[in-house]
Amino acid sequence: MTLTILALVWGTFSIVILLAFGEGLRFQMTKANHGLGEGIVILRGDQTSKPFQGLGKGRRIFLIEEDVELLKNRVSGIDLISPESERYGNTMTYGQKSIIQSVIGVYPSFEEMRTYYPDWNSRFLNRLDLEKKRRVIFLGTKVKEKIFGGGQAVGNTVLINNIPFVVVGVMRKKMQNSMYNGPDEEKAAIPFSTYKAIYGVKYLDHLIYRPKDISLAETVKKEVYKVLAIKYKFDPGDRQALRIWDTIEEEKTFRKIFIGFQIFLGIMGGLTLMVAGVGVANIMYVSARRRTREVGIKMALGAKRRYVLLQFVSEALMIAFTGGAIGVAFSLLVVQVTQALNLQGGAADFLAHPVISLGTMVLTAFILGLIGFLAGLFPARRAASLNPVEALRYE
Amino acid sequence: MIKMNNVTKIYGTGDALVEAIKDVSLEIRGNEFISLIGPSGSGKSTLMNIMGCLDAPTSGEYYFEGVRVSKMNHNRLAEIRNEKIGFVFQSFNLLPYATAFENIEIPLIFKGVSARHRKERVTELLDRVNLGRRARHKPSELSGGEIQRVAIARALANNPRLILADEPTGNLDTKSGDELLKIFDTLWRQGSTLVIVTHNPAIAQKTPRLIRLRDGCIEN
Repeated sequence: MTLTILALVWGTFSIVILLAFGEGLRFQMTKANHGLGEGIVILRGDQTSKPFQGLGKGRRIFLIEEDVELLKNRVSGIDLISPESERYGNTMTYGQKSIIQSVIGVYPSFEEMRTYYPDWNSRFLNRLDLEKKRRVIFLGTKVKEKIFGGGQAVGNTVLINNIPFVVVGVMRKKMQNSMYNGPDEEKAAIPFSTYKAIYGVKYLDHLIYRPKDISLAETVKKEVYKVLAIKYKFDPGDRQALRIWDTIEEEKTFRKIFIGFQIFLGIMGGLTLMVAGVGVANIMYVSARRRTREVGIKMALGAKRRYVLLQFVSEALMIAFTGGAIGVAFSLLVVQVTQALNLQGGAADFLAHPVISLGTMVLTAFILGLIGFLAGLFPARRAASLNPVEALRYE
Repeated sequence: MIKMNNVTKIYGTGDALVEAIKDVSLEIRGNEFISLIGPSGSGKSTLMNIMGCLDAPTSGEYYFEGVRVSKMNHNRLAEIRNEKIGFVFQSFNLLPYATAFENIEIPLIFKGVSARHRKERVTELLDRVNLGRRARHKPSELSGGEIQRVAIARALANNPRLILADEPTGNLDTKSGDELLKIFDTLWRQGSTLVIVTHNPAIAQKTPRLIRLRDGCIEN
């Protein structure tokens, strides 16, 4: 009895914990994926791989700022769009402190697409900054720490290659596990217009857009490809001409992988619980046999068959749910403690934040109920079909 | 009240066939007090089980209050046992984990009596067998005589028409046995029908009617 309850406790505990940590991992991974941006597509010019309209293959495609306007006008499904160019090896100075820092030039819409959210009492670059080519700068979390330490950054002026820039914002801390050219916390952003004026570059490193609706993503992607194919005269079927990083499609795949992962964990936990179920069935079988005489007495006193059935099934359910309740209590405790520890950094960011979802609870209760019912049903049916005289004679 | 026509009960199969009772016909009217005697193996218990609707005859007909029992289904038999028949078993057959109160309550639960009415009825029955103070005791904490009185109180719970007792004094000392017979006598005078299986001639002499079994047949 104690052993079976223990098995039930362990089974329930493992199913809930496995699913909780799996769910937590998925949640954190998704959050970290969204550190790059949610539902965005990142585009850059590459090389044609097919000849088209008399033009040879191996031609490089260079995107320029005008393409942003062009796509915005031609493709109605685009919600936000921004160019991005990056320059490495700048010297950033504040007072006595100097660091080597890369700088990106972007549009204000970059904030929402790439989750460059400002911390308290600061802001991202805005439309006026862009229009007036202001020398303003938005710092990544790490950059701010390097230059200003714990001190105030916003409102102060830093020098970039001896050109003064006013800090207007600092990035709010975020999780990020997918990136290009390094994490966002080590970036410094200035208006694209200012960037172009200072560095005198024409070409974009990336072009980033977000469709109005995720369901439109595929259509928008095709249209973007078509518009650019016409402008740059390449075959719309040439997959090499543009390099596209579609985070929307990536997330779909990611979600599928995790569903598979959760199913796997659920089955593992479920099997453990099933083993416990065999224990319950055994207990009920022994118990029903030992109480044959009791069944006989009750029948002699007028118990109907369904009463006997109900008695044993409900007892098995009681055992199953008692073990289950203790198991759930334990797993809740472990989850609470793990969350209270609030481990940060490295793998802990992903592994130490378990989440118990309603689905997990419903699944666990369902399996426990099924176990109790089946484990009780068979011994109960045997007991209920006894002949009262024989049951009374049973020793 | 009871009518049996050529009732036969056979146990076992093949070579191991045992004819426990053969071709028994008998009639019992309401408010009779009967001893059923005979040596062991004469079929007393089998006859009692059939009378008590615990077992079905292999052949023959059994009418209880004019209703043909031999054709009834399990649920209907359970109802008859519950409402019309009270059993007092030789080995008491109380539930060991339940208190005196709870044991007496069982037939009332199966009848569907409400908790409040059950409490009233059980208290009344406990007083009647002088066990008011022992209500919360389990069988292991009661004496043999007290256990038998709980068993009687349980048998009387639903005011049955027929009380069947299987060797009720077998496990009791003389004093407790006499007390028990007194209770039976009182019940009989109050209008109950009683059938007592015994092989104690002293008891058999005290009942107005005697049925003697030998080798599964009634002796006259």
